[in-house]
Amino acid sequence: MAEAAEKIQIRTEVSEPASKINLEDEKVVLTAEKVNLYYGEKRALKDIDIKIPEKRVTAFIGPSGCGKSTLLRCFNRMNDLIDDVRIEGDIKLNGQDIYDRKIDVALLRRRVGMVFQKPNPFPKSIYENVAYGLRIQGEKSRRVLDEAVEKSLKDAALWKEVKDRLNDSALGLSGGQQQRLVIARAIAVEPEILLLDEPASALDPISTLKIEELINELKEKYTIVIVTHNMQQAARVSDYTAFMYMGDIVEFADTNTIFTAPAQKQTEDYITGRYG
Amino acid sequence: MNKFKKWYSEGTPWLWISASSIALCLVIVIGIVGYISIQAIPHFWPAPIETIQITSKNGVTAEYYGELYAEETVRKKVEENNGNGKSKYKTVIVDSSNYKISNNDFIWIDNSIIDKRQIEKDSVVFERREKGNLYAKLLKIKENDVVLEDSRQTWEELQARIERVAELHEQISEIQKDKIGAINYQQEKIRLHIRYLELKNKITDADSKQAQADNQKLQDEYNILSQELNNLRKELQRDSVTVVTKGIGGETEQVVPVENIVRAYRPNNLSVLGKTGVYFDRLGEYLFDEPREANTEGGVFPAIFGTVMMVLLMTVFVTPFGILAAIYLREYAKQGYLTRLIRIAVVNLAGVPSIVYGVFGLGFFVYVLGEHIDELFFPEALPTPTFGTPGILWSAITLALLTLPVVIVTTEEGLSRIPRALREGSLALGATKSETLWKVILPISTPSMITGLILAIARAAGEVAPLMLVGVVKMAPTLPLDGNFPYLHMERKFMHLGFHIYDVGFQSPNVEAARPLVFATAFLLIVVIILLNIVAIILRNRLREKYKSITG
Repeated sequence: MAEAAEKIQIRTEVSEPASKINLEDEKVVLTAEKVNLYYGEKRALKDIDIKIPEKRVTAFIGPSGCGKSTLLRCFNRMNDLIDDVRIEGDIKLNGQDIYDRKIDVALLRRRVGMVFQKPNPFPKSIYENVAYGLRIQGEKSRRVLDEAVEKSLKDAALWKEVKDRLNDSALGLSGGQQQRLVIARAIAVEPEILLLDEPASALDPISTLKIEELINELKEKYTIVIVTHNMQQAARVSDYTAFMYMGDIVEFADTNTIFTAPAQKQTEDYITGRYG
Repeated sequence: MNKFKKWYSEGTPWLWISASSIALCLVIVIGIVGYISIQAIPHFWPAPIETIQITSKNGVTAEYYGELYAEETVRKKVEENNGNGKSKYKTVIVDSSNYKISNNDFIWIDNSIIDKRQIEKDSVVFERREKGNLYAKLLKIKENDVVLEDSRQTWEELQARIERVAELHEQISEIQKDKIGAINYQQEKIRLHIRYLELKNKITDADSKQAQADNQKLQDEYNILSQELNNLRKELQRDSVTVVTKGIGGETEQVVPVENIVRAYRPNNLSVLGKTGVYFDRLGEYLFDEPREANTEGGVFPAIFGTVMMVLLMTVFVTPFGILAAIYLREYAKQGYLTRLIRIAVVNLAGVPSIVYGVFGLGFFVYVLGEHIDELFFPEALPTPTFGTPGILWSAITLALLTLPVVIVTTEEGLSRIPRALREGSLALGATKSETLWKVILPISTPSMITGLILAIARAAGEVAPLMLVGVVKMAPTLPLDGNFPYLHMERKFMHLGFHIYDVGFQSPNVEAARPLVFATAFLLIVVIILLNIVAIILRNRLREKYKSITG
């Protein structure tokens, strides 16, 4: 318990006081109802129900293989790319079923952006990386692109570092810069939701700190869902936390509650480091 | 024992075995290239002319001029040597090439009957347009049958006259090949046009009159050119030289028209610099001129041109086709039993003997496709086939088929090496599958595509067997690319270095004389392939540099 208390202290320094927020009062932007996911015969998600609040940071924590990344990838239908995956249940974005036959998956992914565990910039210039999403949408005006690139890079706190070398290859950036570039690339298309799949796990501590600061700033504009292995990180950056275990959501509440007074024994065991 | 065990368990023997394998590979490569270049490179170097005096066994003496070609040891049965004893004789082979005198390019002379071998400063090699080299001494020059007086400047005078003849020959060839060739081409076009209209029953009087007028105009042009040609030919015949040659009958005077002389030099009198000059002159002729004398003399330019052009055409066909096939196989097709089967089939296709492709090309492309194309688009030219006969197009397509598996396999490997994260990154930004493919995947996999292309070029440039069925000829009168619209004549037959080697080496009337040329052409073929590959490799490395940290 002492360990958990220490984490809360760190968190309160960075984020707003936990007492202010309440899950019941939030505007919900994304809901999942009775979602089951099978990899072939294996059931990876079991009757998931969750409501993602708007303009908040929601974190998924849990041990490896608990299905947190799988659930995240359901929200922008990234699992479609994997053979042999079957999904049951409803996932709704602003009331619209995203697994509807009529939905345009490309359009959905524009609305629900995603950043991956390992930085994956394209082997193009920094500028072209950020402009990629807009170019895909058919934007040709140089002025619009220039503005969008500058704005996105500023929002991703990378502008100062790269403004003089926008035409250099993105592969020349450091890992932390690459990850912020990828975030800039994702927010350049102005998504409603930003999915972050362990965005800092491949980075050094200083880059991690920068990404966390960035998440704090981005939540003013975007709904953020983050998957993390790192419990301190979840405590530091998120407003709400869901603890997942073996394909189930064991507990979902505001982060303060999860880390100070978890309702479930399993949650408490996990955050105090008894397993996982 | 323990020591041996340690030596063995540390893997030292394997290290030695693998290292010697690579050493052996190196030796083989260096050996091949080295042997061929040693045989090929000195061919153009002017060898000294020897004067050889012999006394044959029945007491007849004779003298020869000639280049020492080779010395070989032959075992010869000697009958008077009481019994069946065999003794070794050293024999000198001399390239005498004085056709008129000995009717042989080469004479074999027993070392034992040679009285004297000496080198005389003023012996001259005359390289002739016909009948090969002539070794002789220059006596006098005649202009319009009048002997030139000033004998001090005879040599310089001869060189100037040879140069003049070369220029005249060039003018003649320009008129014959380019101008008269173009007129013939246009006349043929008019004939075909009229024939076409006749076939369609759409011919009018105006058409035929127009055609006649056009034809007449061309004919007039032709007459003027042909007059010009006649004048030039007369000019050519102006000079002649009288030379002294040696042979069994002693010294003979011989008249050689200067128009028949390509080059004359006195190798015994030349400094190293002068010899170098002759060397590069001959090398230049070899690289940039057309062949003479059943391909055994002159240059191989049409063969170089044909080889390179055929390979380039082949890449134009095989690249898009192979890449598209690989993209479908890797990116779109559902991976399963059927795709596995297709992959196995493609890989096996690479193992089919190339002559089989040649037979297929002849049977399908030439006889089926070609004939139908002729019936549909060139009925006016029938019964002369246009595409229904072997040509550079069919050769390029046949070789494209042959190299297709290589391109498919390497492209597929390149595509499969691209990390999943990049595809996901693009898709997550709202790009569709095809946008991802075109904007991210394909640019990154270009190096592997070019690798496939390099392998394809290497294989295609060396193939000869299938080409003999679908388009290569010993002597093509025109290049497949010229100044007559539509410039690129894909139906034409072409010459090829690989086939040239075969032709010169095995089909020429004078195999011994052609031997250095075979090596020179083989060397050239290697150089051409290496150059083609280097271009592709430079291109690939540039691209690879760009995407270095991705494909790793």
